[in-house]
Amino acid sequence: MIALLQRDLRLALRAGGGFGLGLAFFLMVAVLVPLGVGPEGALLARIAPGILWVGALLACLLSLDRMFALDFEDGALDLMAVSPLPLEGVVVMKALAHWLVTGLPLVLIAPVLGVLLSLAPSGYGWLVASLFLGTPALSLIGGFGAALTVGLKRGGLILSLIVLPMYVPSLIFGAEAVRRGAVGGDAMVPLLLLAAISLGSVAILPFAAAAALRANLK
Amino acid sequence: MSIWEYANPKKFMQTSTMALPWVSGLAVVLLVAGLVWGFFFTPEDYKQGSTVKIIYLHVPAAMMAVSAWFMMLVGSLIWLIRRHHVSALAAKAAAPVGLTFTVIGLVTGAIWGQPMWGTWWAWDPRLTSFLILGLFYLGYIALWAAVEDADTAADLTSVLCIVGSVFAFLSRYAVLFWNQGLHQGASLSMDAEQHVSNIYAFPLWTCIAGFIVLFTTLVLLRTRTEIRSRRIRALMARERAAA
Repeated sequence: MIALLQRDLRLALRAGGGFGLGLAFFLMVAVLVPLGVGPEGALLARIAPGILWVGALLACLLSLDRMFALDFEDGALDLMAVSPLPLEGVVVMKALAHWLVTGLPLVLIAPVLGVLLSLAPSGYGWLVASLFLGTPALSLIGGFGAALTVGLKRGGLILSLIVLPMYVPSLIFGAEAVRRGAVGGDAMVPLLLLAAISLGSVAILPFAAAAALRANLK
Repeated sequence: MSIWEYANPKKFMQTSTMALPWVSGLAVVLLVAGLVWGFFFTPEDYKQGSTVKIIYLHVPAAMMAVSAWFMMLVGSLIWLIRRHHVSALAAKAAAPVGLTFTVIGLVTGAIWGQPMWGTWWAWDPRLTSFLILGLFYLGYIALWAAVEDADTAADLTSVLCIVGSVFAFLSRYAVLFWNQGLHQGASLSMDAEQHVSNIYAFPLWTCIAGFIVLFTTLVLLRTRTEIRSRRIRALMARERAAA
């Protein structure tokens, strides 16, 4: 499992493009929104939690179709399927690698983008916490969607159609936690619900994704 | 006599050939009776005027939109557990019908909401979760259409249906949560059965029964189409192999 994780991380870092792309996209969203709605601080501060979360969502979505597709094309996925490691483990490791190269950088850069969107000072802690707890669910849900669509020719479009509705609960709880945190409300409840979704995804989705992969490899 | 007999496509086709005229006839009778009764023989509401009568389309369509997803869930589970093709095809057949009911629910709601709430659309929990349900239907239908191998498609869509159910359910309550934090919300949502008086409720129940039978008719019809198209494909493959 560790070897698989290391391999995926190396591929993501060295193969070029994949790693920085989500991050750059997140940055673009945070820069374009103020250009679009105007530079009023008060307005930006109000929409900042939602924009940051939607941006994180879309940045995650960008690199999803590569999660299994490349290995599927060159046959590496078949080898993993017949290896002693169960497919569920493969899915977990793939999702973890995706999170490490996409989700974690988003968490780290989010406070900087919060400044661009003039997020209220009390919201930063909640922003980092909510992204940290929420992005694992995004990677796992995305992994499930990628497993469903791995054999398709135009999988990317269908992938987003399948995955985005499933991101809705995470988005709502995540953005709500930051919003409440920014205005000094009780942000703990949405944060805990967000964490619950992530934990539930960790528990259930690897099995669903592995079932989908088996159907695709059959 | 067990329900699993209908897992045999031939048996299913025989029974549905006999049942279809009766079921579709019943759907027409119930719907015409319920709608005519509701539209022409109930008084106008003292506040809402004649707009109240859209309830006879709106509520049954919305109920069936949710029920159709449950039917697909049951069909998917049967396919995954017992590998009965008819059940997977029935789930496939139900999806566009469910999506249509979802759209009917949203559109009639918007038509009613314009004069009553003064807006076509509000981010009310019910409206929002219905829109999300529509998105789940779209993803499910798109996946069926995209996968070429029939059995793989049935497997993948079944898994999607099960996981999608969990997330659709989560969204339903997440939206409730989100809305309470922001808007007054609850004043917009209405629970028809608890509030309408009997004079509206009886035709409404007739319409709901009519929509249930209509849904059954459409699913039977579409499942038969799917089975026939499977047969045609098998026959053509056999011809090609022989030639």
